Amino acid sequence: MQTDAVGRAWREGVSVVVATSAYGLSFGALSIASGLDLWQTMVLSLLMFSGGSQFAFIGVIAAGGGIAGVASAGMLGLRNALYGMSMRRVVQPRPMMMPLAAHVTIDESTAVALAQSEPRAQRVGFWVTGVGIFVGWNLATLAGALLGDLLGDPKQWGLDAAAAAAFVGLLWPRLKARQAIAVAAASAVLAAALLPVAPSGTPVILAAVVGVVVGLTNWFGPKHESDLPDPGGPEHREGQHA
Amino acid sequence: MTLWHLILLASIAVLAIKLLGYAVPPRLFDQPRPRRTLELLTVSLLAGLVAVQTLGGGEGIVLDARIPAVLVAAGLFAVRAPFIVAVAAAAAVAALLRQFAGFA
Repeated sequence: MQTDAVGRAWREGVSVVVATSAYGLSFGALSIASGLDLWQTMVLSLLMFSGGSQFAFIGVIAAGGGIAGVASAGMLGLRNALYGMSMRRVVQPRPMMMPLAAHVTIDESTAVALAQSEPRAQRVGFWVTGVGIFVGWNLATLAGALLGDLLGDPKQWGLDAAAAAAFVGLLWPRLKARQAIAVAAASAVLAAALLPVAPSGTPVILAAVVGVVVGLTNWFGPKHESDLPDPGGPEHREGQHA
Repeated sequence: MTLWHLILLASIAVLAIKLLGYAVPPRLFDQPRPRRTLELLTVSLLAGLVAVQTLGGGEGIVLDARIPAVLVAAGLFAVRAPFIVAVAAAAAVAALLRQFAGFA
């Protein structure tokens, strides 16, 4: 019974690793197209290691933003702290393993861990997915960056459109509740409206105010918190209301 | 600040945030309001990035082959296509429209 659950954690982890690592290819190629060199691209995948933050950083840099790229990457990384809070309980890493666990705490490792039904399978799911993606993502980034060096003009290959599509893909799974859809629509419109007037890189940050304000006030929100999408797991949500 | 400075600063910030998650008492942020705010902040940033990456260029808004390409990708995500397939399709649509249909 226990080996069944652990086997399932392995299989789910490996399939997520393969799918996620593959789009490290697009990150590597897009990073080169954004004007970073091979080593700069690799440092982002090795040290930052958080897909959304990495795509945001190179996107803002390509648009001519400087410190706004740092802010965008940092703000998109904030959710990893939330994942860390629930993964600390789930994974219970020894003190020496804590930094490694924290580094591989991303959307995918958290999701696979929380999808498992028993503690040992949760730990296996977390480590298999987190470490697997770290290795696969970095290899794919390297391959994509080498490929990107050969491609030449990124627009000719549609790589600018690929960058936009990558954000659609990161956003899509988060658009389940009405509140999230309203926030996404308002933020997109606001960012577009600010494009001609705000300095490079800042429209995204200014538009993010929408999410913070709606989050704090719970406008358009469900009456019960349990209706919210829940990346951190259901186990500690019972009985809590807005 | 050079590009290297920005890269190291951003990378260390994201890594420090991850470590912070394991260091702070869970009760501090593990409440409905901070959870909801962080989730909607993420949604907000990603939606803003979609808009800017699809429409941004030079001094303001540029309408070009990225728009149909992103719509195709959104359609593919809606039918649960794999990430890499939808992203590659967007690139292919934009590249083909520029090559053969005279799009900017």
